[in-house]
Amino acid sequence: MQTTILYIGRDTEITAVMNRLLNARPEWKGLCVCKDEEAISICAEQQVDLVLLGNGIEPSSETELKNKLLSLRPELKIIQHYGGGSGLLYGEIMTALS
Amino acid sequence: MSQFILHKENTRGHANHGWLNAHHSFSFANYYNPERMHFGVLRVLNDDSIDGGMGFGSHPHDNMEIITIPLAGAIAHKDSMGNSAVIKNGEIQVMSAGTGVSHSEFNANADEQLNLLQIWLFPNKKNVTPRYDQQTLDLAARHNNFQQILSPNADDAGVWIQQDAWFSLGKFDEGFETEYKIKKAGNGVYAFVISGEVTINGQVLSKRDGLGVWDTDSISFKANTADAEVLLMDVPMELN
Repeated sequence: MQTTILYIGRDTEITAVMNRLLNARPEWKGLCVCKDEEAISICAEQQVDLVLLGNGIEPSSETELKNKLLSLRPELKIIQHYGGGSGLLYGEIMTALS
Repeated sequence: MSQFILHKENTRGHANHGWLNAHHSFSFANYYNPERMHFGVLRVLNDDSIDGGMGFGSHPHDNMEIITIPLAGAIAHKDSMGNSAVIKNGEIQVMSAGTGVSHSEFNANADEQLNLLQIWLFPNKKNVTPRYDQQTLDLAARHNNFQQILSPNADDAGVWIQQDAWFSLGKFDEGFETEYKIKKAGNGVYAFVISGEVTINGQVLSKRDGLGVWDTDSISFKANTADAEVLLMDVPMELN
């Protein structure tokens, strides 16, 4: 069974890399977007297990985004993704899901 | 009462990709050990050996302070900020990834092995403007002395980063003893032995061993061999 992971970050290049990295593992399904509205729409329409907050999200936007996502799915885990690539990704996700 | 954690060289994560032989003091890439996630804000300590001419193609980073210290050979760096440089043994490079930066890193020499330490710290502020710097260090200044090579302050010795961290490098004669005072309350020190054998707070450390010490304001140090070289990373223990 796949774990659905939603990544939100403002940098389009990093978002594309994250999409490739997340979907490279058969146990993960990665959904990667740059806009908060897209993230909220995805969460409203389908099961999401984990949210990774990537680069460039302003603090006020981050708070509002978290609140909206949690109002849709109170059980949702939301963590900060650091590094923008593969180095920390596996450890972050394993820790969040453990 | 001070606390410590000892990471012996042979307990590090290891990945041999042929052209890249990597040892990870903390979880990195496919090496995942929940007991080895970080020491305070120190998240990554990679000891990489890279074959001649080989390296990492362009790849992005964000929100991380990335410090590279070549131990042997030279690394060719290019990034999306327009920087293009070669960093060799005796120099230090820092990149504040902030809102996002792409870079490539290759062994600058076709016929020489590159060995480097790459260190990642969590920043104390997210989404800063990306920044790059490198410095040539005075090798003589680290003889029987912990030479500061990194700090949070732009006008202090060494490169500066977006974190309340201080790095020092020292190379010591056999029998040399000293004390290192931690720079800021709440910080701990992670000592990484580059070569030789040393004793820190009573713990005997060999080449590539790591020792983290916290809940103290200083550590004791003694060089047990003539070629003892140590990197001290004085970092906040609380994640921001």
